[in-house]
Order: sequence, then C-alpha cells, then structure tokens
Amino acid sequence: MRAPAPRWAAELNGATIEAAQAAIGGGLAHAVELVGEVQLHVHRDDLIGALTALRDTSGLEYQQLMEIAGVDYPQRSERFEVVYCLLSLTRNHRLHVHVATDEDHAIPSVTGLWPVAGWLEREVYDLYGVVFDGNQDLRRILTDYGFRGHPLRKDFPMTGYTEVRYSEEEKRVVYQPVQLAQDFRNFDFLSPWEGAEYVLPGDEKGALPQAKGAQTPLSADTIQKAGADKSPTAEPQASSQPYGKTNAESRAHTGAGKAEPDATPKPADPDVIPSKSGMGGGQNQ
Amino acid sequence: MSQDTLNAAPATVTVDPFVDELLGKVSASEPEVGDVTIQNYTINFGPQHPAAHGVLRLVMELDGELVERIDPHVGLLHRGTEKLIEYKTYTQALPYFDRLDYCSPMCMEHTWVLAVEKLLDLEVPIRAQYLRVFFAELTRIMNHMLNLGSHVMDVGAMTPNLWLFELREDTMNFYERASGARMHANYFRVGGVHQDVPLKLLTDIADWLDTRLPRLFEDAISLVADNRIFKQRNVDIGTVSRDDAIAWGFSGPMIRAAGIPWDLRKSQPYDVYDRMDFDIPVGTRGDCYDRFMVRVEEVRQSARIMKQCLAEMPEGPVQTTDRKVMPPKRAEMKRSMEALIHHFKLYTEGFHVPAGEVYVATESPKGEFGVYLVADGTNKPYRCKIRPTAFSHLQAMDFMSRGHMLADTTAILGAMDIVFGECDR
Repeated sequence: MRAPAPRWAAELNGATIEAAQAAIGGGLAHAVELVGEVQLHVHRDDLIGALTALRDTSGLEYQQLMEIAGVDYPQRSERFEVVYCLLSLTRNHRLHVHVATDEDHAIPSVTGLWPVAGWLEREVYDLYGVVFDGNQDLRRILTDYGFRGHPLRKDFPMTGYTEVRYSEEEKRVVYQPVQLAQDFRNFDFLSPWEGAEYVLPGDEKGALPQAKGAQTPLSADTIQKAGADKSPTAEPQASSQPYGKTNAESRAHTGAGKAEPDATPKPADPDVIPSKSGMGGGQNQ
Repeated sequence: MSQDTLNAAPATVTVDPFVDELLGKVSASEPEVGDVTIQNYTINFGPQHPAAHGVLRLVMELDGELVERIDPHVGLLHRGTEKLIEYKTYTQALPYFDRLDYCSPMCMEHTWVLAVEKLLDLEVPIRAQYLRVFFAELTRIMNHMLNLGSHVMDVGAMTPNLWLFELREDTMNFYERASGARMHANYFRVGGVHQDVPLKLLTDIADWLDTRLPRLFEDAISLVADNRIFKQRNVDIGTVSRDDAIAWGFSGPMIRAAGIPWDLRKSQPYDVYDRMDFDIPVGTRGDCYDRFMVRVEEVRQSARIMKQCLAEMPEGPVQTTDRKVMPPKRAEMKRSMEALIHHFKLYTEGFHVPAGEVYVATESPKGEFGVYLVADGTNKPYRCKIRPTAFSHLQAMDFMSRGHMLADTTAILGAMDIVFGECDR
C-alpha cells in the first residue's frame, strides 16, 4: 500500500479469513480481501452467532463494534446491506461484516453483544428503514420528530419532500411541500463514449422527423430583422441612376461579383439593402 | 382569628393522629388526601442550554436531584451531510468535513483524504505528510483549548476559559495564514495539501510553541488542576470501567481515561506519525477528572509532535505529481494548454475513484473518527458513512449519569467533548 492510510496489522488478513471460516462455519457466505480490508458476508439468520464468534474466539478477538453502516443497492433483490465495522484492540486488526436484507426482513439486533449497537441500529433504521429484531428502542434518531420516509435510500430525493419555515401569520413553524427556486442540477459525467444509457436533450428530434409545414408561432409579416426599420435610408445607387444599364461600371443584372455569376437576380427583398459599392460586403453579410 | 374560634379550637385538635390510626379511622398504608406523594419528575435539559454544548436535548428523569434516567435526543443539527456527499465529487465533498466537527476541522479532513487515497492507492509527498500531521496536531490543541475551557466553565470557573480562548484564537490565526480561513480551512487535499506554507508561519508557530502556549496554558491549568472545588466536581464523577469503555465503543481520551492505552496515532499510524516520538497519557480511575487531565497531557504531547515536525520537515513538493488527481496550480493553468485541460476536467468532473470499500479511521481530538467509503468507480462516492465519536460517547450518558446529581451531568457532558456538528452530521 503506497497511500499513507492507517497501518494496522493488515498482514493478518489471510489468517483472519481462515480463522473466521473455521469459527463461523456455515453462516459465512463468502469472505474476501479487497483494498487491504477483510469483508465477511454472512447470512442474516446467523449474524448473532457469527459476531459472537468473532468477538469471543481467541485468535479473532474483535472486542469493539465501531460502526454500523447501511448501504442501499436498489438493483439488488435484497437491496440493503448492513455493514458492521469491528476492531480488535489486542490484535490491532479491523474487518467488516456484511449482511443483506430488504424492507420486510428484520436483522437480529446485536445490542446483546455490544450495547453501543443501540443507537447505531437506530440510525440505520432511521435513514434506511431496516428493521432490527430485538432492539428495545427502535425510534428515529437523526431526523426530525414526525419525519416520514428514510432519507438515505437512493430513491429518496436529495431535496426531500417538505420544507420548514416560520409563518408570520400563524405564529408558528409550518411544514410545506418543498419548492425549489431553481431546479436541482445533477450533472452526469459518465462519458457517452462508454455507452451511457440516457437521452440527451434534443435526441428526440432525431428519432421523430418533424411534420412538414409545422407552424411557427409568428406569421411571416411579423418577422422582421432586428433594426431593419432603423437602417440607413440612403437609396441604392443602382436604382437611383435611370440609365444604369448603359453604365459600364455598373454590375447591375450582370451577376458579376456574385457567388454564382449565372444566378438569376433574386426578387427584391424589402429587408435587404443593397450595398453602395456593390462589392458584396453589405450590412447583412 | 376571632376569640370564639380560638376558644373552640382545643376541642378538635387535641386528638393525637396516632389515636385515629388505633381506632381504625385512618391507615398509614393508605394516606388520605393531604399527604404528599413524592414522584419522579422529568425535565428537559436543552436544546438551548449553554452547558449542552450545542443543540442537545436531554430528557432527564429525576428523583429529587438524583438522575434516574437520561434519554438524549440528538439530531437537531442533522444536515444530511452523508446524502449531500453522495451528490458531490470527491473534491467537493471535502469542505463538508470541516463543518462536521467545527472545533477541529482539519482532523476531519484528514480522515477523508486518507480514505480516498487508500482507494486510489495514491502516494503522497513526504513534506505534505509532515504538514498534515503538523496541522492535525495544531487542530488537536485548538480543540482541547475549547473543550478544557468549557469543561472548566461548566463546573463553575470562569478565568481559565478566557485564557484558553486566547490560545484558541492564536491557533485560528495560524489556520488563517495557512489556508485563508479561520475555521473551515479546506486545506488538505487528496494527494497532499492545497499549498505550501510560508517559512515565516512555521517560525511563528515555533515561537508560539516555545513561549506563549506553555505560559498561558500552564497558567490556566494550574488554576484548576489542583483546585479543590474542581476536584470535588470531577473526581469519581461518571466513572467508566475498562470493560464498559470497550463495550460502549469508546475511543480517544474517553477510552484512555478508562485505563486503556489505545491511540490510533500510535497503534495504527498514518502519514508520518510512525516517525514521531510521543507518549500516550492514560487515566487510572476513568472519571471526569481523568478525562480532563488526559486532554491536558495531550496538549503537551501535541506540542512535542509539532516541534518534531518543524525540526524534521524536509523541503519538497506538497502535492502528488499525479496529474489525474491533483489539478495544476493556477499560474501553470494560464500558460499551458495541457494544464488548462486538466484544471477544467478536475474542477468540473473530478477524478474517478476505483470501486471498492474501505473503513478508514483516524485519531481525531475527540476519538476515533472514521469514514466508511463505498466507491463505484465514478467521480462521486456511492456511500460515505461518517463514524462520529460523539455518537457512542453520548449514548453512554445514560449509564454514566445514573445516580449522580443533576449538576454532575454538566461535568460528565463537558468531559465527553461533544460537538453536534459531528454527532448529528
């Protein structure tokens, strides 16, 4: 490990997995070592036995339960994972124990093994809605009194559903549906070259060709170029000379200087003001 | 009272109550109306109370002045930090950590950057590691100045608090000179620190460690350490045995005061703590006085570590040279196209962290502060569980206060060192 992260006895990882397999037995679904940390995945019903074995077996001796973390994976059939982070003071070793569950199935409470689990389980219950069987005091802990929902689930919006303010009219704090002055922005940085599956704004135009003659909200005569009425009122030279055609200098009607010399003269457009010099660099180019 | 009633009175009051009981008129086991039945009563301590150290509500059940049961209500400062971090890049998540334990901001940052570095397996230059240890210890002093002072004030002394706040003010000035902010420093980075410190700042801190800190600190502590009133309020208050400390998930000064020499800086060293020479103070009785004195000694040891850092700190870069993690400095960004591209990408998209799960814990001034980080390979954490120290300590409030007087709860609470930014997240 090159990173300067805390250096506990990670060299015991392999021996720990073997010892845990022997101590827990069939309750252990699988055990892996990833990023230098041991993960034990145990079956829900065998959790108490597994954690008791981890705490009391000599050679494992995980005396302290430091943390219970919930994680939500909505795509899994058992969407919640509850992770118990254990610490051995004597062996200077850490590991996590993972248990999977869903909304309906309770996890046995470990308050009998570690009293500290009481609040930690309350927190997982509050934020994820995982029920712990045997916890005597499974109330909400972090969210508001009377809060509804479990905010750390992935399908709970980050902005929540209600907002709180003090109402001057009612002289008390009121709850209202949340109103955002600006939509919540969540940028997706997954590269489209790596096959992101989402629709970009405008993609729908490519899929469905627009019907011809679709109406614009404006009628043709209301469309005017900006500032057309305020443009210089100098008369075009070509029309100001009555004998324009005889003028050798004049290129009127000859097509000279146009992009396409053979092009027929376009019908007069009231918005286009012919340039004075006739060299093409007019106002509208 | 008129003359008539005085004359009439003797006829009715001469009978001894015991006679009534003998005659069977009343029974001692069933008192009549008029006898007072004393009941336990429940009071609210907080959520707005100066000794509650923030927004803590304690629902206390009292028997007279004795505490029968305490139900702490936390979460009044819950801001959903963990949820917010799931929507932020790894760089953007860092400032949230300053705001967890706002009394020791850089120690919170420390855990976060170490967790991300562990997932990235990122090497950090040695000078950056020294700077992080140096400022983490400065933060420890900063935190203990607040806690020792407020603990002393909770049990009735005013002066030491003012003197210790003077020192805390100094540490915040040093913070400002290093990072530009007095509290929410946002100074550590994944792969190092944000920028190098000027030499003058280091020499100033060295002077401060030699002169001002010992003088003011020892003066303030000498007022209370052997003070009779202070000892009466703290010795044998809130005693916790070793077994209880382990079972209740204690850490930091709380577990050391119970007599267990457990310090993550020593047993699980991170950054350059393994090069540091320092002692771990341990309590003998596990009471509030021990917790106080453990912190006092930790301040001295922190000063010792800081002096070693100053003596040993090498010159060199303070950020990793991995351009895929650390954005280039602004001056470089203005000149080089490559730097501009990296700068833009790292400040908008951020870096991608390979998928994995780690639990990284460091010794914050209050105890074990941990981050359980689940990365899914994108530029944002999938899940970031923050392990606050206060959560397990405050949970023990109930059994620690049971049987003590109401006034002792403030001493117990003060010796726990709880900050609600961290407890409620």
